Amino acid sequence: MAVTTHSGRIRVRPLTKANLSIQVTLIGLTLLTIYSFTTFDARNINLVEALGEMLNSFRLLFFEPHLKNTGWVELWHVLLVTIGLGFLTTIFGAIIAFFLALLAAQNLAPRWLAQVIRAGTAVVRAVPTVLWVLFFAVSAGLGSVAAVLGMTFHSAGYLIKAYSESFEEIEPGVLEALRASGASWWQTIFQAVLPASASALLSWTFVRFEINFSTAIAMGATAGAGGIGYNMFMASVYYLDLRELGALSYAILLFAMLLEWLATRMKANLGAKS
Amino acid sequence: MHLLQVDSLTKRYGHETLALNEISFDVRPGEFVAIIGPSGAGKSTLLRCLNRLIDISSGQVHFDGVNVSSLRGAALRRQRTQIGMIFQHYNLVNRLSVIENVLHGRLGYKGTFAGILGLYSEQEKQDAVRIIESVGLGEQIYKRCDQLSGGQKQRVGIARALVQQPKMLLCDEPIASLDPNSSKIIMDTLREINQNLGITVLVNLHQVDVALRYADRLIGIKRGQLVFDGDPNLITDHQIHQIYGSESGDLMLNPRERYAAA
Amino acid sequence: MQPLDIFQLRRRHAIFFFLVLVALTYGAVLVTEYDTVRGLTALPRAATWAASNFVPDAEAFRRLPRILAKLLDTVLMAISSATVASACGLVVALMGATTTRLHPWLSLPARGIASVFRNIDVSAWALILLFSFGQSSYTGYFALFFVTFGFIVRVMIETIDEVSTDSVEALRATGAGYLAIISQSIIPACLPQLISWVLFMIETNIRSATLVGILTGTGIGFAFDLYFKSFNYSSASLVVLVIVVAVLLIESLSNAIRRAVL
Repeated sequence: MAVTTHSGRIRVRPLTKANLSIQVTLIGLTLLTIYSFTTFDARNINLVEALGEMLNSFRLLFFEPHLKNTGWVELWHVLLVTIGLGFLTTIFGAIIAFFLALLAAQNLAPRWLAQVIRAGTAVVRAVPTVLWVLFFAVSAGLGSVAAVLGMTFHSAGYLIKAYSESFEEIEPGVLEALRASGASWWQTIFQAVLPASASALLSWTFVRFEINFSTAIAMGATAGAGGIGYNMFMASVYYLDLRELGALSYAILLFAMLLEWLATRMKANLGAKS
Repeated sequence: MHLLQVDSLTKRYGHETLALNEISFDVRPGEFVAIIGPSGAGKSTLLRCLNRLIDISSGQVHFDGVNVSSLRGAALRRQRTQIGMIFQHYNLVNRLSVIENVLHGRLGYKGTFAGILGLYSEQEKQDAVRIIESVGLGEQIYKRCDQLSGGQKQRVGIARALVQQPKMLLCDEPIASLDPNSSKIIMDTLREINQNLGITVLVNLHQVDVALRYADRLIGIKRGQLVFDGDPNLITDHQIHQIYGSESGDLMLNPRERYAAA
Repeated sequence: MQPLDIFQLRRRHAIFFFLVLVALTYGAVLVTEYDTVRGLTALPRAATWAASNFVPDAEAFRRLPRILAKLLDTVLMAISSATVASACGLVVALMGATTTRLHPWLSLPARGIASVFRNIDVSAWALILLFSFGQSSYTGYFALFFVTFGFIVRVMIETIDEVSTDSVEALRATGAGYLAIISQSIIPACLPQLISWVLFMIETNIRSATLVGILTGTGIGFAFDLYFKSFNYSSASLVVLVIVVAVLLIESLSNAIRRAVL
């Protein structure tokens, strides 16, 4: 039956919960955005002038890059340090996350334990990585040790969630069959859980490596972790050299695009298999 | 006077692939025409050339006296409002309600502004409601389309085409994704539309038995070529075999028997 | 014989994969000059230090109003940069998606620009934008804006092509115009996904804004940096606590919205 509004018109868009939530969310975001502009801490910056300057700095950055304070050999070395930092923290995080995720999956571990671990990792993830790194810097000193510890913490928090959700997607029948045949918990893990979720684990780990590469740049710039981020920080804040910042940006851009391309290919392969 | 005149219609993809090869036929107003042929024969391409969802490589298509093959922009859009289309996969906006999807059929009549805002007149809404009720979805007007069954979705598709007030319906495999029961409802609905409203129907079908049962006229397509055009009662088993080739198997062995049984 | 071979081959693959990982890890340890022993001993020291020093005290709580004001700045910046960037990103995604692009040539530049924006890390953007906007909120705002923009373009291109290819064909067949098709079919079909991604980017941006704030001297990141570098660890710990509570609240709110919207 067609519903008419009080003015006698026929209603076209039904008032469902989903439609209403979409509208409320959109209006809420718009209002908050407008409000944020009224409270903006602009510090005497002329926006129009600064935007013009921004375009000019993009020109220097992308079309006139050069290397001055960083040599070619050093460029590759610091890029490698940043990649290494991202890789190391991904591996460490993945190892920790694998075991804890087994205890955080509701189909493998007791419900209460799974929920406790989930809540714990949610808190770990809520703290920005840079704060973890600075926190560890107090007892380990600024440098790669604090960066590895802090980034590993956040990675593990992220991967525990991702892994345990992948484990929970395993068909219950598979686990049931193995349990019925008298397999032990560890046998179930290595004969059923791991093979069934291996590709999902691999692709989540790769996603985290992409994130950790970016994070490693940021930690170099803000938390003394070394690598290319530190050179970018120096080029920006001390040498005020946009052209060198451009050359460094090209280096991270190239590697990040390579990672993204690999991730897309991995995703396509996974899609073809499943 | 013909409603639709197709003259040496040819469609090439790149230089190599010839999807349609010099197809010619005419359709009179009020005809119910079934286009049969194996999958990949070019049936879908043919229908999409008629309303120019696909551009024509060479040849002419005249609809209602207008040369469709050379139309562009607003004139092409105006032409399309006269031709309704129904799809195998229904092609609805699944998150929207039945009536919203049906009213999409009126967008071709709207100016830019009214089209963007989706402003429909009360008359249009009343027509939409009437048509939704006539295809038997009166209870589902405000249901989201992803909550409907396949047969119901296809009826939404038909209603969307009907609010266009078209002179002709193009149906691209309308029952290929449906169970036999829903298929019968859809085909019966199409026949009623053809007989009661006088709308010309062109329907692509994979199943010969359905085509024999409903159509006034049969067009057979094989590898982009027109291989049969005529009365369904005159087509021989041998010709059906030729159209479908080795693909027919025992499914097509006795189409006439199945026709009699149905 | 053959099944044994397959198992052996698989085991060999696994061992090879494992060895490569070990070698890469060792290489990474060398190149980053990571000291494993110091890393392991630092953990218990950090824990004992945190238990006695990294706890908010009464003095820290007196600073709570100021900390909350900084937090509000950061959260608002995260929300508004994500919202505006997503609106711009949607427009560019429409240019880039196969279903909706106006011309095939527009697709590549749209994808390319988005790729550059998202693949330069937010901290690098902040360092670049410092040249134009100095230590103001604009620096952080545009850094978050660029990365969000690049991300939204990428995911929305995928969403548009996934969700709406079929219904766009149907609406073109009714004669609807380009803008009407976008506003009546693509936007309603993609909006829930878009909202979900905007919420995701707001969550991400709050964390990134903290980081950027350390570089640009704004928001909650600046507050943390200030207390931390003046060895006022109890106030710094309160900042962390406040961030955790805010992030968890916003996460649960956006999860609730996602459930209602999808």
